Amino acid sequence: MNIVVCVKYVPDAQADRTFSPDDNTTDRENVDGLLSELDEYPVEEALKLADATDGKVIVLTVGPEDATDAARKALQMGAHEAVHVQDDAIHGSDALATSKVLAAAIAKLEYDLILTGMASTDGSMGVVPAMLAERLGLPQITLASELTIEGGKAVIRRDNDASTEIIEASLPAVVSVTDQINEPRYPSFKGIMAAKKKPLQTWSLEDLGLTADEVGSAAAWTTVTSVAERPARTAGQVVTDEGDGGAKLVEFLAGAKLV
Amino acid sequence: MPADRVMPTAEAADLIALTRQLAHRELAPQVVRHEADEIFPRDTFRLLGRAGLLSLPYPGEYGGGDQPYEVYLQVLEEIATVWASVGVGVSVHVLSCFGPAEFGTPEQRERWLPGLLGGEQLGAYCLSEPHAGSDPAAMRTRAVLRNDEYVLDGVKAWTTHGGQADFYKVMARTGTGISCFLVPANTPGLESDPPERKMGLTASHTTSIRLTDVRVPVENRVGAEGEGLKIALKGLDSGRLGIAAVATGLAQAALDAAVAYAQERETFGRAIIDHQGLSFLLADMAAAVEVSRAAYLSAARRRDLGLPFTRQASIAKLVATDNAMRVTTDAVQVLGGVGYTRDFPLERYLREAKVMQIFEGTNQIQRMVIGRSLAKDTKGIIRTAEGS
Ligand SMILES: Cc1cc2nc3c(=O)[nH]c(=O)nc-3n(C[C@H](O)[C@H](O)[C@H](O)COP(=O)(O)OP(=O)(O)OC[C@H]3O[C@@H](n4cnc5c(N)ncnc54)[C@H](O)[C@@H]3O)c2cc1C
Ligand SMILES: Cc1cc2nc3c(=O)[nH]c(=O)nc-3n(C[C@H](O)[C@H](O)[C@H](O)COP(=O)(O)OP(=O)(O)OC[C@H]3O[C@@H](n4cnc5c(N)ncnc54)[C@H](O)[C@@H]3O)c2cc1C
Repeated sequence: MNIVVCVKYVPDAQADRTFSPDDNTTDRENVDGLLSELDEYPVEEALKLADATDGKVIVLTVGPEDATDAARKALQMGAHEAVHVQDDAIHGSDALATSKVLAAAIAKLEYDLILTGMASTDGSMGVVPAMLAERLGLPQITLASELTIEGGKAVIRRDNDASTEIIEASLPAVVSVTDQINEPRYPSFKGIMAAKKKPLQTWSLEDLGLTADEVGSAAAWTTVTSVAERPARTAGQVVTDEGDGGAKLVEFLAGAKLV
Repeated sequence: MPADRVMPTAEAADLIALTRQLAHRELAPQVVRHEADEIFPRDTFRLLGRAGLLSLPYPGEYGGGDQPYEVYLQVLEEIATVWASVGVGVSVHVLSCFGPAEFGTPEQRERWLPGLLGGEQLGAYCLSEPHAGSDPAAMRTRAVLRNDEYVLDGVKAWTTHGGQADFYKVMARTGTGISCFLVPANTPGLESDPPERKMGLTASHTTSIRLTDVRVPVENRVGAEGEGLKIALKGLDSGRLGIAAVATGLAQAALDAAVAYAQERETFGRAIIDHQGLSFLLADMAAAVEVSRAAYLSAARRRDLGLPFTRQASIAKLVATDNAMRVTTDAVQVLGGVGYTRDFPLERYLREAKVMQIFEGTNQIQRMVIGRSLAKDTKGIIRTAEGS
């Protein structure tokens, strides 16, 4: 079974993350990036499926030059091949354009299953999997906390607050997985060495038959017009109980229109 | 604030990134509980073993990572920055594999190394005895050859990983000299005492090992009879570099905590880091950490080129551990009263630093090694990295 896993390169959440002042996009130049933590789960799931079926895992990332790091991390974990779509024109793309680029790249690959994370840890819209399925004309099953492949079908479990759903779709399909589905492995030093010899291709828009005016901020349907840091939290108010603590609490809550 | 590093290869850089991720995600959350309750983190070593971090400086054909000491030691430093007990443990394990890797026959390497380096097993080495620490040649533990077996009797002291290890590298007296043996932990007659009640490194268990009529086949002797002390001392040269790296990591952790606190804490209307008197203290700490790192890296590069490095290893061990003692003490000072409480890790760092001046040869012994080496200097021979 051939599995394509979409992985995103995101700024390290441990570092100070900022936006570029000129166009309000995520600043990916001045901060170390890594494979989005939530995308380690689809990689792990793909590796387990591939192990069981003697299959192949191809990771796909769309992003700036350094996004190779995300692809390489997945190769170090055990993925077999990687594709990195890199083109300066893609900078500033919205979710629609990102899904267009991903779909065009996937169309060039052989696949039985496409796995994604539930959301990226930076943009975190969680819409790319659905858009991708739509563009490829494939069924989508989202937010899987369990995935099995049987008889040409993907079967998932989705846990909701009040119910558990079992959903199936014919293959090929797009499946997004949650952080409940597995415990992603760490690469090993052997994996790091092995990854150096694995194929990692870089494709441009032209390779995908796309043009610069179909992507980037100019083509975006949405624009982030401003971003501002949320003001730091102010100190709380301490109510000293001198016998009238309850009354003071109600007074405070009422003042904040909470009761 | 992790140390800036310049690594020799891309895979070494990825290795450091992997080490940081493991240290941050898997080690850091466990340190406080294990140190406070004196629990040995056996599973942490399995995790590091599976990632390949327990066998980095050994040959790839036996499951090692084929990495130079320059790289291995920086991995060790990163581990120790988060958890000194585990850093010491990795160094001890690597040292316990040194005998068979460097002095074993091809058959012994074939037989032992895949297991020792595979990541699931943990090693220990037994050199010291209650009355023979600085002077191991005074050891009394004996190994007597009977038919095809050696019979070992005696008591070893201060064994790191005692009671936890899967195999012990034991030095014992044979005939005229001292010999080196590999003894599996489950050999009848090998028993571990309860762990010593130590001042620091409490998650690392240090025990006496009692050997009563312990029988090992002749094939378990590493090197010739009488070659044991040479093997032990050669191993210690490398082990000292390990301790220098661990001490540097510990000092880095203390510096990082002190700098972070000094930026937050205000007195007299400004952050304490902006009081020159205190910032000079921090500056001296930073200088000490970088000098320690430079000292062990310079010795490691000599080792990697196959040049003699005994003196440089002792200098690195001496400088890095004395610096760690001073840096961790000053870090407590930077935090003031809270630095002295167990709510912050600084008092623990200080307790952990102390032992590094004692084991793998006390710092008096390091000075002895350095002093003796001065008499037989090579008179400033100029060499190149290519070895000519
Ligand atoms: C502050 C901010 C606000 C934004 N608001 C909007 C907006 O309102 N509308 C809009 O259209 N765009 C918006 N964007 C842009 C959007 O985040 C990007 O277009 C992004 O590439 C796709 O969305 P996401 O990261 O949220 O992906 P998600 O849908 O959260 O990602 C889900 C999964 O899709 C896959 N995936 C996503 N991106 C990639 C990639 N580049 N390469 C490989 N796999 C990938 C991964 O498997 C991931 O786990 C915004 C960006 C920022 C920084
Ligand atoms: C936590 C811990 C873990 C250890 N792990 C191991 C291990 O895994 N395996 C192992 O074999 N050993 C281990 N050791 C033992 C350690 O190596 C010895 O404690 C150390 O070598 C010192 O020996 P000693 O304690 O007998 O002190 P002594 O040799 O009795 O020394 C006492 C003092 O005298 C000084 N001194 C001794 N001789 C001289 C001299 N010639 N000139 C000047 N000063 C001198 C010493 O520096 C020291 O200050 C460990 C020790 C500790 C505390």
